[in-house]
Amino acid sequence: MLHIDRHLFVASLDEAAALLEANPHSAVLGGCGFLRLGSRHISTAIDLSRLDLDFVRAGETSIEIGAMTSLRTVETHPLTASLAGGVLARALAPIVGVQLRHALTIGGTVAGRYPFSDLLTALVALDARVELYAGGRMALADLLNGEPRRDIVVRVLLPRDGRTAAFADLRRSATDFPLLNAAVARCADGFRVVVGSRPGRARRSPTAETHLADRGLDPITAAEAGRLTAAELSFGDNPRGSGAYRQSVCPVLVQRALLEVLHAG
Amino acid sequence: MQVDTRINGCPVTLGCAAGEFLATTLRRLGYLSVKQGCDTGSCGLCTVWLDGRPVLSCCTLTARVGGREITTVEGVAEEAAAFARCMAAEGAEQCGFCTPGLTMTVLALRRELEAPDEEAINRYLAGNLCRCSGYAGQLRAIKTFLGVG
Repeated sequence: MLHIDRHLFVASLDEAAALLEANPHSAVLGGCGFLRLGSRHISTAIDLSRLDLDFVRAGETSIEIGAMTSLRTVETHPLTASLAGGVLARALAPIVGVQLRHALTIGGTVAGRYPFSDLLTALVALDARVELYAGGRMALADLLNGEPRRDIVVRVLLPRDGRTAAFADLRRSATDFPLLNAAVARCADGFRVVVGSRPGRARRSPTAETHLADRGLDPITAAEAGRLTAAELSFGDNPRGSGAYRQSVCPVLVQRALLEVLHAG
Repeated sequence: MQVDTRINGCPVTLGCAAGEFLATTLRRLGYLSVKQGCDTGSCGLCTVWLDGRPVLSCCTLTARVGGREITTVEGVAEEAAAFARCMAAEGAEQCGFCTPGLTMTVLALRRELEAPDEEAINRYLAGNLCRCSGYAGQLRAIKTFLGVG
């Protein structure tokens, strides 16, 4: 059951940060799509929705996405929908339905560091960076793998470097949480191989990335990269599948995504 | 909390508790087309429009609708009736509990997608679950309504 004592629309990020700092039971609201999945008591709900953080902008070297931008906007905005072969739209499409994606925000997804997230797996493959109010800019991968932070996500930055990327997932039904997901990318300095919903958070596989960088991408190295990823990362059990099953299907998903990148040229 | 909003074109001041969700508020006000199904953002039964976009009212905090326009089936009655005729002609409705939410999503689809194919329709409607129809009749009705395929 969700219980909120008071709901405040802040006028600035400074005000939001002060409220967050002042009370350990306060929380910044994202899209609120997953609030009902758990039981929570929030003393002060800090609402950023009047801070003009709903935007997608093109910079010289990156695309900036405001924290309160909906996943549906990320899915359909011309700048993000076409980025890296449309990997974001592909990753977002299975998330429940259009209605929920209109509500969920990229800032809420990043701040939540959801292990089951499809979007986070794709963003890590794109080398996304995150701007935090207090913590400044950092790699999303570091945010996911580090200790939890009590901070505010302000924006997400995606490099515009012409990389090619692909996403693959396995679900028990079309719009269920993923049993496993994978995103890969080929960029100027090599490859990214990322697997999420293991059911742990999205992680890169440095061994697979090095293998691809050394040998190049072809059907044989794609298959081997899948095997290396499955051997390197850890997998666990949850109600959707066992760790052993996840480890078995991991090579297939990674290989499929890599072959998609290969055929995209 | 007091929230000034508009429902189906009419200005309304809503009284609600912090943490109350829009589906609960709307049903209390008598908008009974808004069904409460899963209450976890999964089934689409509670779909309404917020500023013309379909959202799940079970996951939308009422505090957040201030200054915005809410539309329920009651606000698009004529268009909904036209869709209902297509549903009836295809025998696509059984218990009918999911129909208001489905209708709001289909009418949003009509505004957003131009000449969608079957795959695009299925993708757009993936968030609306029906536990008795099997979807085939619904899909035929939607295609007829949209004038595609």
